[in-house]
Amino acid sequence: MSIKRTLLGMAITAATLTALAASASAEELTIATVNNADMIIMQKLSPEWEQKTGNKLNWVVLEENVLRQRVTTDIATKGGSFDVVTIGAYETPIWGEKGWLNTLNDLGDGYDYPDIFEPVRNGLSVKDNLYAVPFYAESSFTFYRKDLFEKAGIEVGKDQITYDQFAEMVAKLHDPDNGIYGTCQRGKAGWGENMAFIGPMVNAFGGRWFDMDWQPQLTSEPWKKAINYYVDLLTQYGPPGAPANGHNENRALFADGKCATWIDATSAAGYIYNPKDSRVADKTGFFQAPKEVTDKGTGWFWAWALAIPSSSTKVDAAKDFLKWATSKEYIAMVGEKEGWVAAPPGTRASTYANPKYQEAAPFADTVKNAILATNPADPTLEKVPYTGVQFVAIPEFQGIGNYVGQQISAALAGQQSVDQALENAQQFAVREMTKAGYIK
Amino acid sequence: MATLHSRASARLMLSPAVLLLLAWMIIPLCLTVYFSFLRYNLLMPGEEAFTGWSNYYFFITDPSFKDAIINTLTLLGGVLLITVAGGILFALLLDQPMWGQGIVRIMVIAPFFVMPTVSALVWKNMFMNPVNGVFAHIATGLGLQPYDFLSQIPWASIIWIVSWQWLPFATLILLTALQSLDQEQLEAAEMDGASWFNRFWFIMLPHLSRAITVVILIQTIFLLSVFAEILVTTNGGPGTATTNLTYLIYVQSLLQYDVGAGSAGGVIAIILANIVAIFLMRMIGKNLDA
Amino acid sequence: MARAISNKRKAINTMAAWSLGLLIFFPILWIAILSFKTEIDAIKGPLDVLSATWTLESYSAVQERSDYLKHFTNSVIISLGSTLLGLLIAIPAAWAMAFVPARRTKDVLMWMLSTKMLPPVGVLIPIYLIFRDTGLLDTRIGLVLVLMLINLPIIIWMLYTYFREIPGEILEAARMDGASLGKEVLYVLTPMAIPGMASTVLLNIILSWNEAFWTLNLTAAKAAPLTAFIASYSSPEGLFYAKLSAASIMAIAPILIMGWFSQKQLVRGLTFGAVK
Repeated sequence: MSIKRTLLGMAITAATLTALAASASAEELTIATVNNADMIIMQKLSPEWEQKTGNKLNWVVLEENVLRQRVTTDIATKGGSFDVVTIGAYETPIWGEKGWLNTLNDLGDGYDYPDIFEPVRNGLSVKDNLYAVPFYAESSFTFYRKDLFEKAGIEVGKDQITYDQFAEMVAKLHDPDNGIYGTCQRGKAGWGENMAFIGPMVNAFGGRWFDMDWQPQLTSEPWKKAINYYVDLLTQYGPPGAPANGHNENRALFADGKCATWIDATSAAGYIYNPKDSRVADKTGFFQAPKEVTDKGTGWFWAWALAIPSSSTKVDAAKDFLKWATSKEYIAMVGEKEGWVAAPPGTRASTYANPKYQEAAPFADTVKNAILATNPADPTLEKVPYTGVQFVAIPEFQGIGNYVGQQISAALAGQQSVDQALENAQQFAVREMTKAGYIK
Repeated sequence: MATLHSRASARLMLSPAVLLLLAWMIIPLCLTVYFSFLRYNLLMPGEEAFTGWSNYYFFITDPSFKDAIINTLTLLGGVLLITVAGGILFALLLDQPMWGQGIVRIMVIAPFFVMPTVSALVWKNMFMNPVNGVFAHIATGLGLQPYDFLSQIPWASIIWIVSWQWLPFATLILLTALQSLDQEQLEAAEMDGASWFNRFWFIMLPHLSRAITVVILIQTIFLLSVFAEILVTTNGGPGTATTNLTYLIYVQSLLQYDVGAGSAGGVIAIILANIVAIFLMRMIGKNLDA
Repeated sequence: MARAISNKRKAINTMAAWSLGLLIFFPILWIAILSFKTEIDAIKGPLDVLSATWTLESYSAVQERSDYLKHFTNSVIISLGSTLLGLLIAIPAAWAMAFVPARRTKDVLMWMLSTKMLPPVGVLIPIYLIFRDTGLLDTRIGLVLVLMLINLPIIIWMLYTYFREIPGEILEAARMDGASLGKEVLYVLTPMAIPGMASTVLLNIILSWNEAFWTLNLTAAKAAPLTAFIASYSSPEGLFYAKLSAASIMAIAPILIMGWFSQKQLVRGLTFGAVK
């Protein structure tokens, strides 16, 4: 008994010493991140952490698609180039399950796990193991221009409208001669671009990606209706160049006052409401993303999160950084230094309980409710074998989502019919699913 | 004796380059060929298995494959046509006496130094963007509807961007060649009453033929693997309108992480490149007495 | 015998050539202008842009976000390193092919060029695995090696066309005088080939400087050159034209200036022996 205790004591001392030694010797961490506004703020504020710990950060800031490809290549081949990576709600569960990421269950009591919204925590966990900590999280909702709605005499009610009602509104608002387009939506091909908007819309129309036997459903009636609606809406009331516009392009257009409506990420609200970046900060309102035959899965769920690849050799320092960058204190620091409207949204209940944030961000409650309302485990009208609202959490989805996105983008550009696009998409999806062994 | 000696040392001197290039070519090539027969998805490690020809089957029957081949060849043809024809015209113009020729040369050569990524970004955003681009501003200024180049004529737009990068190269080589032309020969022909067109067709053009061959050869090497311009501007779309073979391989192996299919595509691309190379060699054989 | 050229004709030529030159140069000129404007002004029409106030704020914003000097140093080291290493390997090879031509010389040359047609995207994964196992990921040495290899065929070919123009008799004479092979290369051949080597070096620096696939995919933070620097500005983050312009100018200016100063040498070499 006493021997055991001595041994235990020695072990603890040794562990503490190693921990001390680790924290004493400066580490150099390589961190890969996406060039979003929130991440650029993090980069700007990180010298604070560097000074506090004596560690050094090397930044690799890349555009989203390049980042995803770069990080996936490195992690899948266990290249070990990165100690901290920025990944999304799609990759985290897949990679976590494969053992490519370190678990993050032990960031300490001060980290306050229960403060993180439950859907966000669940979205980044596999079997109660957290594999990435959320930097910011988002659902989707409709941005609209209060001044233009007033001028056109359109009332915004409390209830969720349908896409048909939405189209009627947009028709009244469209005024290209004065540089106002009825609606701006994503047209740029990519599973994280146009398909992120189209996914929830198809859900609203009652569609789904796969049936319970993993048979692709892309030529089903709901898909046809939804995509025809989408193409008609954007060709009639969208800005020129819609097939090339992604989230960033639309955000710039909306901030520049060129769009009357825009259904997109709630996390963009901080930007749109920030008078430094946006000309419509005081003229923008918001309401839920529309429904159609169902209200299930009509708002997407996404989170950008930080994770530590299992190939990293500097796990302790990396964990310390993760803890710092996703803590309540960090959010408060952004609030103080950059203005509360720019604080990373969607992750912690404490942010939304903060009166300063509520005051600076009139959209706070709507965003919170939208995020809490998402349920990636049950996203569609009919049952599905997958999780994910605007994506399907299987490794093959990226390829399929990109291809389908390309086809729909081509239909939007007028290079082929919607039926043709969906026909091609369906064929491709069947091929890929057969190749991957889902369809026997 | 001397020749024998020097032949041996020549072989010795050549060998580092040959060995290095062999290694550079053979090692990845062998790995690529090996991978192309595996079911190998980067996201599913440990599940690699031999699958025979199925990667090739899936790559060739990929709905984008035909478009990719056609696009690869039209890009090659289109850019070569624009740069050679444009290059000859520009060279003829720059060869004329004028003031400030040095400055004009500096302006004309500049695009050749610009990173492909940068030039694609600049054309896409500052010029072809249908809302804020220069072309859109000009169109609205003239009361016209802005034209959306990258979604309406995506492939032509990319051919244009790539041509802009290579036109200086062609122009300057052809100009140098033109300047080396014997002036007296031209003047004699003029005395004899040969029209300008005849002088161009029978004297200048034959003189330029070697330079044109060089332009074609060098550009072909780079044009077969155009990639950055597509990645930055259109991501291969809309649809498959701007997917070339290189981009299709990128999609397969680095966006879908299907290394097996991507490798099969790589092998096909190498075969295609070699066909073009043989074709070129025939041409070079005539024009360059290498 | 020189023809008298009327000033009128010369003026027309000048006009035409200048407008053409300006047209080709315009995109670069335009981003240079935009880089000194505010973001709000940068998206305006061309005339409004010109009359807007000038500012350096985009440059300081770019500098604040990314360590330009680090990327610049990496670019310089990688492009110079790969070029010099390439030259070291290419000179003997080109010498051998030019002065001791064998039956297969031409085939070897074409084969070398054909290695350049290998699509890089197709072999990234194998190379990545090799780099991982040899610890070359995110090192400048690794990039020097890769860029040297992809440009080696061009270097060899350029040098070969140069060496071939050097009359064999001079070498014969040197040999008669008892010069060894090393001395022959060092004292006779090299001085005569210096203009050719200069243009080879220039072209290779340009090609390595602008290579954007390997440099982006094989580096993370430590060895990342300017191509990686520009990759973080490639997608619009709100209004971004001015910052993108500033970053672009910072990425291309060094090579543009070098190119301008050396364009005479460069162009002479680029003709690959097509012009005698």
